[in-house]
Amino acid sequence: MTETTAPGAVSFCLRLLRRQLTLAIRRPVAVGNPLLFFAMVVALFPLGIGPAPETLAGFAPGILWIVALLSNLLSADGIFRSDFDDGSLEQLLLAPQPLYLSVLAYVAAHWLVTGVLLALVSPLFAAMLDLPVVAWPSLAAGLFLGSGVMSLVGGIGAALTVGLRRGGMLISLLILPFYMPVLIFGTATVQAALDGAPVQPFLALLGSMLCLSIALAPLAISAGLRISVDA
Amino acid sequence: MWTLFHKFGSPPWLYRLSGSILRWLLPISLLALAMGVGWGLLFTAPDFRQGNSYRIIYIHVPAAVVALAGYYVMAIAGGISLIWKMKMADVAMHAAAPVGAALTFIALLTGAVWGKPTWGTWWVWDARITSMLILLFLYLGVMALYEAFDNKAAAARACAILSLVGTVNIPIIYKSVDWWYSLHQPASIKFTGESTIDPSMLYPLLLSIIAFYALFTCCLLANMRAEILQRERRTGWVQRLASENH
Amino acid sequence: MSITSGCDGLLLQCSALTLVRGERELFSGLDVSLRPGEVLQVEGENGAGKTSLLRVLAGLARYGYEGEITRPVPLLYIGHLSAVKELLTPRENLAWHVDGHADYRDSDVCAALAKVGLAGYEDVPSHQLSAGQHRRVNLARLHLSRQPLWLLDEPFTAIDRDGVASLEHLFVSHAKRGGAVVLTSHQPLRMEYPLTRLMLRAGGDL
Repeated sequence: MTETTAPGAVSFCLRLLRRQLTLAIRRPVAVGNPLLFFAMVVALFPLGIGPAPETLAGFAPGILWIVALLSNLLSADGIFRSDFDDGSLEQLLLAPQPLYLSVLAYVAAHWLVTGVLLALVSPLFAAMLDLPVVAWPSLAAGLFLGSGVMSLVGGIGAALTVGLRRGGMLISLLILPFYMPVLIFGTATVQAALDGAPVQPFLALLGSMLCLSIALAPLAISAGLRISVDA
Repeated sequence: MWTLFHKFGSPPWLYRLSGSILRWLLPISLLALAMGVGWGLLFTAPDFRQGNSYRIIYIHVPAAVVALAGYYVMAIAGGISLIWKMKMADVAMHAAAPVGAALTFIALLTGAVWGKPTWGTWWVWDARITSMLILLFLYLGVMALYEAFDNKAAAARACAILSLVGTVNIPIIYKSVDWWYSLHQPASIKFTGESTIDPSMLYPLLLSIIAFYALFTCCLLANMRAEILQRERRTGWVQRLASENH
Repeated sequence: MSITSGCDGLLLQCSALTLVRGERELFSGLDVSLRPGEVLQVEGENGAGKTSLLRVLAGLARYGYEGEITRPVPLLYIGHLSAVKELLTPRENLAWHVDGHADYRDSDVCAALAKVGLAGYEDVPSHQLSAGQHRRVNLARLHLSRQPLWLLDEPFTAIDRDGVASLEHLFVSHAKRGGAVVLTSHQPLRMEYPLTRLMLRAGGDL
């Protein structure tokens, strides 16, 4: 019986990803909620600042990015919540595979069902706010990269607050400041596309932030999870 | 060297050391503060453009500089407590947060007071003010996280992680806010360009920066002493200390 | 065939373990060493620190204790929480288990579920199962386990009498194969096997 060894880190990571995605698909409402939230908040802006197309188009990059940020923020709390509640998290911490890759799988699953999905449907909401078509691809590409950063940073907040009963509001206070660079360069991407300027530098900046977050955020997430399980 | 490091982990030793440091550092820092601020407010020439209102820099700039440094003090203390499991580093981290937050708040408040005569408005979304505001949020986040945990040892570790994440992010946030401001900067309130400062204005400023550093250290130590007593209230040496002072 | 043929000697060792919770010392100077074939029952009243001890031994609690712990072999920990996902079937719960110890064959998973009395429930979503059945899904991991060391916190909770007997049988066969078991339990075990006992008293002395 000794010959059966534990799965390698990468295959375990893929198994976790598959598990998390299956869980997400089995509860489609949870996948739909961030999108619905996004749609509803986007609908609030014309009511708040007036329906004039030129006004809306001017604010559209900022609105779309801020709402994407909020919907990501609200769903980030759930990355580890159910696994903490049912005891899966303590089992994960005892797994022989490196926790670094395991938490990356959790965050990747969250990114796929919130950020990537939102990036894919973002042109729809861009149209509702009269954002010119020329800026749609850069909006989607920016959201695609930026939401990865937001999921990773959100994962840090989630890991630190998962053990707390009243974590919901706290996580926003902890991680919103860290979202600001993403917001700045995300809206700048859309603005550059609107002005006819090259968008690649901004996408490259968002991409490098994503790389930095992939490298460092799992360390903080792992440490945060160990603290939360131990608390 | 290593034994010295271990001594810092001993609460009674640290309590006594901080007490003797405070005894001479506090008068010195108050004196330096009085000299720096007094010199700046009373004896330097008024600015040719801003008149006397610029004098608030003798409080604003030191508060801002030390507030930022305070975050790094907090994060380094947090890192030490995580790596070496040193409880006194926890204490230092937790003690630094409110002092740093207060300094950040002072910097924001004096910035607003300065902004009114200079720009005609209390608040401008200038790069530096925005960065200070974000720094305040970071401090408040750490403090809120600490309060949220019932288990204070876990709270300290969680805050250490958060402040370390903050140190990685602060340069990125500052750079991006700087860049964002240069993109949106309205032409009417352009202040960048070479900002030369006359030596007669600079020396009192440097003195008050040093004074603020010293004052920060004093507040930090005083805060730490209070927390050490709180944590060690059931141990023999604190009981003895309490009975001696009665 | 022994599951610990590769490592002779100790499966777990802790020395001079002192555990403090809040401002209360649960126990101090505790030495535990576990050899292949040993079953250790940790006893004590509620609040004596049984769960805390197990979490420290497992490596989940990494602060708040003093002492040296060495864990030379992989371990399986079962705590109060069942780690069963309501949205997954028992089969998926075991095959994709987050403890990451082995890629189990589907036939092994089904056999393990049958052994805990869940044959026929392999593909029922777990939210349709009772709490006791969740527990049994979790205990099915013992049948699949290749880890030499088991740390089990109240394994008999919500298990009926037959289940208890078969678990006891499982512990004995695990020990006979060269494994070791640490378990906490309120009730006395009725096993035909020499037990080591550790009594934790709320005062701190052993």
